Amino acid sequence: MSEVDQNILSMEGISKTFPGVQALDDVSLSLKKGEILCLVGENGAGKSTLMKVLTGVDKPDSGRIILDGKEIQTKSPQHAQSLGISTVYQEVNLCTNLTVAENILLGREPQKMRRIDWTKMNALASDTLKRLLGVDIDVTKSLGSYTVAIQQMVAIARALYIESAKILILDEPTSSLDVNETEQLFKVMRKLKNEGVGIIFITHFIGQIYEISDRITVLRNGKLVGTYETSAITRVGLISKMIGRSLAEFDEMTKIKLESSKHIRSEALLQAKEFGLTGAIQPFNLDLHAGEVVGLAGLLGSGRTETASILFGSDKADTGSISMNGSVVQDYSPLSSIKRGVALCPEDRKAAGIVDDLSVRENIILAIQASKGWFKYLSLPEQYEIAEKYIKLLSIATPSADQPVKNLSGGNQQKVILARWLAINPQILILDEPTRGIDVGTKAEIQKLVLSFAEDGKACVFISSELEEVLRTSHRIVVLREREKVAEFSGEVDENTIIQAIAGSEA
Amino acid sequence: MKKPTKQTITWRRITENRLFFPIVALTLILLFDFIFIPGFFAIENREGNLHGSLIDIFRNGSTVMILAIGMTLVIATGGVDLSVGATMAIAASVAGILMNPSALKNEVFFVTDPNYTFQPLWLVIIAALAISLICGLWNGVLVAYMRIQPMVATLILMISGRGIAQLITNGLRVQITYKPYAFIGQGWVILPFSLYLVAIVFAITWFITRKTAIGMFIESVGINFRSSYFSGIDEKKIKLLVYTFCGFCAGIAGLVASSNIKTSDANNIGLTTELDAILAVVIGGTSMAGGRFSLLASMVGALVMQAITQSMYAIGVPAFALQAIKAVVVIFVILLYSDQVKGFVRKISAPKKEV
Ligand SMILES: Nc1ncnc2c1ncn2[C@@H]1O[C@H](COP(=O)(O)OP(=O)(O)OP(=O)(O)O)[C@@H](O)[C@H]1O
Ligand SMILES: [Mg+2]
Repeated sequence: MSEVDQNILSMEGISKTFPGVQALDDVSLSLKKGEILCLVGENGAGKSTLMKVLTGVDKPDSGRIILDGKEIQTKSPQHAQSLGISTVYQEVNLCTNLTVAENILLGREPQKMRRIDWTKMNALASDTLKRLLGVDIDVTKSLGSYTVAIQQMVAIARALYIESAKILILDEPTSSLDVNETEQLFKVMRKLKNEGVGIIFITHFIGQIYEISDRITVLRNGKLVGTYETSAITRVGLISKMIGRSLAEFDEMTKIKLESSKHIRSEALLQAKEFGLTGAIQPFNLDLHAGEVVGLAGLLGSGRTETASILFGSDKADTGSISMNGSVVQDYSPLSSIKRGVALCPEDRKAAGIVDDLSVRENIILAIQASKGWFKYLSLPEQYEIAEKYIKLLSIATPSADQPVKNLSGGNQQKVILARWLAINPQILILDEPTRGIDVGTKAEIQKLVLSFAEDGKACVFISSELEEVLRTSHRIVVLREREKVAEFSGEVDENTIIQAIAGSEA
Repeated sequence: MKKPTKQTITWRRITENRLFFPIVALTLILLFDFIFIPGFFAIENREGNLHGSLIDIFRNGSTVMILAIGMTLVIATGGVDLSVGATMAIAASVAGILMNPSALKNEVFFVTDPNYTFQPLWLVIIAALAISLICGLWNGVLVAYMRIQPMVATLILMISGRGIAQLITNGLRVQITYKPYAFIGQGWVILPFSLYLVAIVFAITWFITRKTAIGMFIESVGINFRSSYFSGIDEKKIKLLVYTFCGFCAGIAGLVASSNIKTSDANNIGLTTELDAILAVVIGGTSMAGGRFSLLASMVGALVMQAITQSMYAIGVPAFALQAIKAVVVIFVILLYSDQVKGFVRKISAPKKEV
């Protein structure tokens, strides 16, 4: 009996079906007071759906939810919140046109004489962000003007602000955060844990699972694989539980990379000279060679994304020039870049990536079709052929190519966007956080894909906030700091050298 | 792994089809007519041409149907065009003055010769359509290149358009007596001629949107214009195209309407039809926020609007009360499309689960 009493939450026998997909099949989970439980599994395993069932976004077909010993039925996220369940969803669902402060305090604005006390509200929001998460930004600016990572921090701050929370759900909050921010978040999580809050934490980062969690619940294909004490299961064991086989790929990577570096040619596919945009990135020089993967490393706000977007032309540089194949580029826009064979897989999947009501097929062929123009319409069989090819290549979990992309799990949406850019068969592929929210197994697949892509005489710019990943895939690493290119390393470098360059402590 | 039962899937397919709600609505109205209005379904054969209340719904609905085709594309990009009624009036004025320029001499001149026209018919039609195309282009430039919100941008022409139409006809109503012109709105080739126009515009639009990439681009821009921009879609050109096309459709509708009443009445032609066209599209299930569209569903939506009007007249509801009744229908439709009600319908229509 006392065993049960410890659980502040238990979900029993939860099943949930979507048309054509059994997302959850008889899944159970329990959470103790003051515990951090990691929920893990491949893309599309059902993690987010399980949390949405708990918070009343999705109605389960069957199963029970018991909170504090009482059976409950959550009707809506608001209802769940009033029961003490506070949530950060995988897809940040804040209002990008409101200010940061409004987003944090929406619905609980401090009042003065029955009016919103704006000064107090801004102070409160700014303080919450700074104190809890160490983020120091102007909270009166609109949320949309900040990067995905900051938006993620704001979403977390909003969830943390609920004082009476008994349970905190974090669905991949760290997917776009770098090491320092993740550390900051973990500090807050530990503090809440000590105060007795139960936390469910979803992540694809194995390291983070071991750093923070007490227990791990593993899902695979909508079914419960098991729940384990973190201290009692090895990493290798955990991964094989998640993907149903063992993973040797990461060890191979070093070899593959070494092999592929032989294919780098001295000719430059693209040369950027004193290229820059005021306020975004200081002028820099960069050559991309055929057969090469260039990693961009740096902290949040160091200018990685900005570098990517001026190279692609979605933002227009105001100094310097780019030349490709010897001639200077005149026209910077996504369309002309695509026609030149430059592709950018953008960081912000929701705002700049997916077109959510269109099908997986349409999303995949969108950029090819755009480069072909209005009238050279790909026939349906051609469209299906391309779509099916990438669904298979990237193992996108979807019942069919006609599924609206919004019904896919977060990681699978990411794969669809990646497919869109691989499909145009570019000369230069710029990947901004391509593995964001992607599971361990597929991550290795994508890294291999990037290397084999380069081997065909193309170049790739690889951006990731996960330094290990940058090291594993890149032949050359460019370090950015405070919107400036500060260093460049080629060949074998060790992680510490890069970390020092990133932090700027080599002096 | 348990798969959902076949039955639920097919039932869902039906209820989630875009045509489901508009067709149900149309059926309900026609059922009402069948019960309360004797002879509503009677179709008469006059010299090989078919006549009757049902045919009238189609004939009178043809202007809104043509407008709804252009409006569907505009709404699919996330915009709206309030100026189609005014554009109709402009097109009608241009056509009127070219056939009967008496108004320019500041006199209301009743031409009685049904064979008289100042300019040949082909020129009349081309000029009217060209002007309406320019009206659409103007809207498109404001929305796509000046980045003015669609509602505000098209409001400009909505308000000024009737003034422009008045200017063209020197502030007078122009009588149109030229017989061949009357054929556009009143002619009959087994079925009303205007229906063939609807069919042609529909077929061409369907072909252009579904057999080229344009339809997908329109939807993509309407759903997420940033993603579309990043994917290389020229969002501005797409918007320019749909507004221009919408103006063109309004021009055709203006010809039909003026031919119907044999005048180019700048004050009354197309008055409030922009709202009917917008409603037709909304009843057809295209979201005002943009995105997926169905031309066929918009056509059914236009028929729903017309069937309501006609039925109300038939049972003797006065014109002023009609607007109120339309409003009730609108509320009903908007409720039907809200997520809550959809979820509710799904719940009551799903077969009971075995426990
Ligand atoms: N609204 C929906 N309609 C149809 N299918 C859905 C819907 N939501 C989720 N699914 C499907 O349910 C399955 C589980 O999705 P879920 O989002 O829970 O995965 P996840 O474990 O969170 O994956 P990820 O790591 O990629 O975020 C997926 O196959 C997904 O396609
Ligand atoms: Mg998820």
